[in-house]
Amino acid sequence: MHSDAFDRYHHGHSPIHSLDPRVKVLVTLAFIISNALLPDGAWIAFALAWIFILVANIFSQLGIGFTFRRSFIALPFALAAITVLFSIPGQPVSSFHFLMWNFTITDAGLLRFVSIVIRSWLSVQMAILLVATTEFPKIVHALNHLRVPTIITVIISFLYRYLFVLVDEVLRLLRARQARSAAAAGKRVGGNVMWRARIAGHMAGQLFLRSYERSDRIYNAMLSRGYKGELMTIHPHHFHASDRWIGAASIFGFIIMQIAGRL
Amino acid sequence: MLYSPAPLHIPDGFLSLVISIICWVITALTLSIAISRTNKSLGEKQVPLMGIMAAFIFAAQMINFPVAGGTSGHLLGGALAAIVLGPWAGMLVMTAVIAVQALLIQDGGLLVMGANILNMGLITAAIGYGLYRGVLGGSRGTKLAVAGVAAWLSVMAGALATALQLWLSGTSSLQTVVLAMLGVHAFIGIGEVLITVAALGFILRTRPDLLGEGSASAGGGRGWVVAGVLISLIVVLLSPFASASPDGLERVAENLGFLDTAQPAPYEIIPDYTVPFLGETALSTILAGVIGLIVVGIIVVLLGQRMKAKS
Repeated sequence: MHSDAFDRYHHGHSPIHSLDPRVKVLVTLAFIISNALLPDGAWIAFALAWIFILVANIFSQLGIGFTFRRSFIALPFALAAITVLFSIPGQPVSSFHFLMWNFTITDAGLLRFVSIVIRSWLSVQMAILLVATTEFPKIVHALNHLRVPTIITVIISFLYRYLFVLVDEVLRLLRARQARSAAAAGKRVGGNVMWRARIAGHMAGQLFLRSYERSDRIYNAMLSRGYKGELMTIHPHHFHASDRWIGAASIFGFIIMQIAGRL
Repeated sequence: MLYSPAPLHIPDGFLSLVISIICWVITALTLSIAISRTNKSLGEKQVPLMGIMAAFIFAAQMINFPVAGGTSGHLLGGALAAIVLGPWAGMLVMTAVIAVQALLIQDGGLLVMGANILNMGLITAAIGYGLYRGVLGGSRGTKLAVAGVAAWLSVMAGALATALQLWLSGTSSLQTVVLAMLGVHAFIGIGEVLITVAALGFILRTRPDLLGEGSASAGGGRGWVVAGVLISLIVVLLSPFASASPDGLERVAENLGFLDTAQPAPYEIIPDYTVPFLGETALSTILAGVIGLIVVGIIVVLLGQRMKAKS
């Protein structure tokens, strides 16, 4: 595994790729807020939102099912919502017996559970599409334009720049641990859990010191190249008419979804 | 994939808009204080340092150790970051980590990022640093022991805050979500304790200057002790209350106007059919108590062993 596996950007020249990153970030946020505003059981609005995602997928030239394939990341968290199946009063739909308790799923509970999961599933797809079609530094640059404090965007830029370096460092540490953990067949290897946790902690401490010392070197290197406290870019963003139109059309679509959800 | 997501990262869709916005407001206010404080006290040299430290926390979360049955423990890092870098810088670093996890690998949502930063970055840093600050002049053993307790409490506080937000959003029923979150994180927290204490011990031995007089770690004011102890007390007092007698909390929320947005009008109430999971308060109280006892017991034993090994 190479450490840049974290980067989810897919290179391309589609209309979505060339959209202004500020528009993409804003449309993504508006889409997620719109989802949060939709009432439970707004099936038509949910369907419209999904169609919006499918259309965006097609325009991104990544394939119509691109975001769908990766959209199950947030699914384990649905466990947190499972109690509403039983806790919201309503008509019983089905009931079962487990150990010493009776569980009854109500229609209102089912409606709420399914709505929560759908909202989350739609929102995560939009975020996936944003990251797949926008290089990460451009997202950070867009955040800067959208008034996120400079110190935070600068920290994020550094984090992104050196994440891969430090992840490689972690992989080296893990490989070194593995290389020294040989075991004869059938023999238990290493100490107890406590001992193993202490080794992991020492590795974290080791990584901290290496990172700390590296940051000294990086700072000196930056100074030597004329760093004056801020990062510069040679890719200024230009707002095109098409950016404005697509942004406006998307917001209009979200308003339609809100109306459809309340009919 | 080495990276395993922690169950504290809430995805979009699980919190209501109102709760998401309230959390964003609290987070933004705290961060604006953090930014003005770090701007005042740190030179431009600290900015690359904080960036690399954010990458360090992200990467350190990948260092895992096998526990049992294919599961493994790893670091969350809020307490460690605050102890090593000082509270405000620690908060900024954790904010960057959570933001990148949400943006880059969709671990945690965007609209709910305010809540995620609050739970995993701000609360954990306040507890982690506050308790540690109280024993800054203490011996190595005291420092490590308190750092361990702080690490465990910071994870529990984050879990409790997450549970309360889920409940206020009408996503989970109060009793179940508090018990489940605290139960799971009581064990995740032990991993956090072990790694935090070992990492801190390693740094204290190899580069004590980074944690000594005049370092960023010693820079936070005495007020942090109050903040840390206060939040810890809230966690300790609120957890049994929330899991044992949820009615009280529910009434408070209803008075504040949260719950009617969360739950649809119960026009047809059939109380006999809706048996809440772990409904008997006696049973859940006992369970909570037992979990708490086991955890405290384990910590005491482990710390005792460590101290003995040192001397």
